[in-house]
Parts: sequence; C-alpha cells; structure tokens
Amino acid sequence: METPKLEIKDVGKIFKTKSGETTALEKTSFTIKDGEFVTILGPSGCGKSTVLRIVAGLEEATSGQVLLDGQPIDGPGPDRGMVFQSYTLYPWLTVKENITFGLKLKGSSQKERDDLAQYYLQLIGLEGFEKHYPVQLSGGMKQRVAIARALANDPKVLLMDEPFGALDAQTRNIMQEVLLKAWEKSKKTILFITHDVDESIFLADSVHVMTARPGRLKRNVPIALDRPRDFSVKGTPEFAQYKEELLSLIREESLKSI
Amino acid sequence: MLGKLFTPKKEISKKLYSSVGIITFILVLAIWSILTYGGFVNALFLPTPTAVLSTGIDLFVNGNLLSDIGISFSRVLVGFLIAAAIGVPLGILMGSLKIMQGAFEPIIGFIRYMPASAFIPLLILWIGLGETQKMSVIFLGTFFQLTLMIMDVTKNVQNDLIDVSYTLGASKVQVFTRVILPASMPGIVDTLRITFGWAWTYLVVAEIVGASSGIGYMIMQASRFLQPDKIIVGILIIGLLGLMTDMLFKAIYRKSFSWMRKDGM
Ligand SMILES: Nc1ncnc2c1ncn2[C@@H]1O[C@H](COP(=O)(O)OP(=O)(O)OP(=O)(O)O)[C@@H](O)[C@H]1O
Ligand SMILES: [Mg+2]
Repeated sequence: METPKLEIKDVGKIFKTKSGETTALEKTSFTIKDGEFVTILGPSGCGKSTVLRIVAGLEEATSGQVLLDGQPIDGPGPDRGMVFQSYTLYPWLTVKENITFGLKLKGSSQKERDDLAQYYLQLIGLEGFEKHYPVQLSGGMKQRVAIARALANDPKVLLMDEPFGALDAQTRNIMQEVLLKAWEKSKKTILFITHDVDESIFLADSVHVMTARPGRLKRNVPIALDRPRDFSVKGTPEFAQYKEELLSLIREESLKSI
Repeated sequence: MLGKLFTPKKEISKKLYSSVGIITFILVLAIWSILTYGGFVNALFLPTPTAVLSTGIDLFVNGNLLSDIGISFSRVLVGFLIAAAIGVPLGILMGSLKIMQGAFEPIIGFIRYMPASAFIPLLILWIGLGETQKMSVIFLGTFFQLTLMIMDVTKNVQNDLIDVSYTLGASKVQVFTRVILPASMPGIVDTLRITFGWAWTYLVVAEIVGASSGIGYMIMQASRFLQPDKIIVGILIIGLLGLMTDMLFKAIYRKSFSWMRKDGM
C-alpha cells in the first residue's frame, strides 16, 4: 500500500482552561491520499479548527501524531499552507506582494516571483489587480488572493479552515468553483473544513463527518461525483442523495451540541 | 439638511469641516476681546490681544525669543527621541513576548504614576543643572506611557496574521521584522504623535528650576515680574509648536500609510 500523503494518528486535544479541562478532540485517526480533496463536516465547536491547527503545527496535540509523507511534523512550516476564515492578507502589501510573500522568504528570484504571481493571478481570475491593496478588495477577492498566496508557496498540503464562511451565498458558490479549478490545475492535497453540507459534497473526494463535542470522526462518506464538476452538479439526484445522507448525520450531531 | 449634520459618524464636506474649526478659534478670540477691550477684567490678569501681539513681535525682534524657541525645541526633541529610541523597541518586545511583558509591565506601570516633576530635585542631585537634567524630565514624562502604548499597539496585531506567516515559512525573527513591525507601524506613528504632544507639556516643568533660557524659563520669569502678556506669548508659542509637530506627524501618517485607505490616496 502506498504511504498516505497525510496521516492523522490517534490525535487528541485537551485544553486547560480556568474552569478546568476541555476535551476539544477525542482520539481521531484518518488518512489523506496524495492529490485528494477531503472535507471535514461537523457542527459548531466540535473541534474542526483544532484538528486543522494541529496538522498545521500551530497547536500541539495532547496525544497522537501527524505524519506528512511518513514523517512526523514538528511545528508549522511552509510544507503545510493554510487559508483562514478571517481575512489574513498583509494590508500593507499589494496583491502581488502578498502572493509572493512566502517566495520572497525563500529567496526566490524576482523573475520567478513575477512569473508565479502572474500565473496565480490568472488562475484565481484577478489579473489587473496586482497593484491593489487588500483594503480595496471585496471579501471574495481577498480570499482568492489568500488561496493564491498559499498555492504559490507550493505546499505539500493545503489546509483550509472555513475560508468561505464569511462570504455571501452567491460569492461562496463562485469561490467553490474557483477553488476546484485551482485544485485541478495544481493537483494539491487539500484538507478543507466547513459546516456547509453542499460545500462539503461539491468540493470533496471524501467527506469526514465529525461528532459533536468532544469531536471525533463519525463517518467517512466518499463522493463519487464525476470530475471536473461545475455548479450544475448541485442539481443532480446523486448530489441530492449525498446531501440527504449527510444532513441526517450532521443533524443528529447538531441536536446534541445545542 | 440640519438633520444630516447631526447624524452620528456621517461625513460632512471638507470645507464645512475646516470652517467650523476656524469659527471656534474666532469665537475664543471674540470672547477674549470682549472681556479685555470691554474692560470687564483687569489688564494685569488678562491683557488685550493687541498687547499680547505687540509684546510677541517685540520679543521676536528685540528679545531672544527665537533662540529661546530653538533651545526649548531641542530639549523637547532630544528628550523625546531618547524616550522613543528605547520605548519603541521595548514596547514592541513587551507586546509580543510574554516574558518581556512579565518582566517590565509591573515596574513601568508603577513608575508611570510617579510625577516627573517630583524627580527634579533628585535629577539635580544626580546630574546637576545642565541640559541633561532638562532632557531627563522630558524623558521621564513620556517614556513610560509611550512604552505601554506601543506594547498595546503591538498586542493588537491579529493572531491569525502571525499564524499564517508561520505556514508561509516565516521564522520567528521574520515574524517580527516582516509582520509584527509593519503591522504595528501606523499605531507606532500615531503613538509618537500623541506622546510628542505630551513632551511639550513637560517643557515648562523641565525649565522651572535652574534654567536660564527657553520658553518655559521665559514664562517663569514673566510670572515673577507680573507680565501676563509675556506669559500668554509663551503659552501660545508652545501651543503653536505643538500643533505644528502634530500636523507633521499627521502628514507622515497620511503619506506612509496610503494602503489603509480605499482610494489609495
Ligand atoms: N485555545 C483554546 N483554549 C481553550 N479552549 C479552546 C481553545 N480553542 C478551542 N477551544 C475549545 O475547543 C472546542 C473546539 O474548538 P474548535 O475551534 O476546534 O471548534 P470548531 O469545530 O472549529 O468550531 P467552529 O465551527 O465554531 O469554528 C470548543 O469547545 C472551543 O471552545
Ligand atoms: Mg473553527
């Protein structure tokens, strides 16, 4: 069997707080294959962000370990790019400088940075905006740049924590298509968190459903919809079937967490 | 029409904005004029605007007002620059490293409530009556507040912005130099503007004892010889100098941080 790109092994997390210990995540294991698009679906507060932050190395697991290409991770690094729900562009840098921020840290040449910036600007559909500052962009545009910035750094896996959570429904749909297009071109391994059922199906090869807090994996639902996908797939009976299945799974959990 | 002017946070035209500012100045001047020309107050307590103006011109032409301004300005500037040169880096470190905050916040929080003027006798004892003593008063008056304000500015840098930088490959040092520092820059410039204003207010305190020059000294002398017109000239000049440095900082802010504005101008 080929080694998985990413392996989450018995990872658990307990937060120590004033009011005692909070188990944010029970021992959880799953693997992601190279080039796979996996979404994690779960009710609010079930520990989705915690899993992702542990994989990113921004949070230390209380138990278990995370393996990337078979090697245990140690702290955050450029091999695991991340896109947050909050807007995290550097406001003092232009769109282009934001996209090439990681490349500059690595010491890439000006030429290389120019070329990559051009390529990713085109990929996310923001040509002509390279000299704009983040304050001049809409929420959807900012998240596109954040995706381009993460991809331009060429990480082994891309971690996304509800990146479209703050966007309106219409923009969200467009962003999902932009992301799929970027994924198909870049062949990156993506771990994507959401609490939107439609979004989890539309994007994923495989949806991991989490239980209410303390979270752990409840079910893995492989999505066998044809690729490449566009928005029309959301109207098919197969999509509706997945949706029904996932909705009933997530409903049980959401009821528990209220 | 009038309703629009009194809607919270509603923008008004630039022209109207500056006109009302000027009107307020004229109003203060008018009240002053009525009180003095109308003979409602004793000229020994409050001289007329014209008397103050002619004293001012006289001091410029025949006195040494210009050199007094120069001396006072250099005292304020040097005292403040030293406070900023230490306070800004220290504040940034305190805002980003818990260990630095733990080490310095309690003692700074303690000292900052001690009045700078109360240190003057000690300062004289320690370093004499020279320029260093004057600058030390300015330094003591601004340093502690400035450091704490810079700490707060740095603390307000969004955590996600720092986290995302690590995932882009930034080292700890790079997070300081490429993220925390530029992100705090607008707040730092604004803090410097505000604390430089405070530095001016400590000038008179600094020049009360053992000075033989400067605007503060001039004011103290005038008070001794019952010359209210001279006092007012001194006060107005400090106000004007403060206003000018404030405007300079605002201009620097506007020029350096155009990325904060939607129109990019
Ligand atoms: N730093 C922390 N200290 C203490 N408790 C924490 C911390 N971070 C998260 N938690 C707790 O752990 C649990 C899981 O949090 P997490 O942010 O992972 O949930 P989530 O599934 O991402 O939620 P949401 O859908 O609201 O984003 C929550 O109960 C939260 O209050
Ligand atoms: Mg979350």
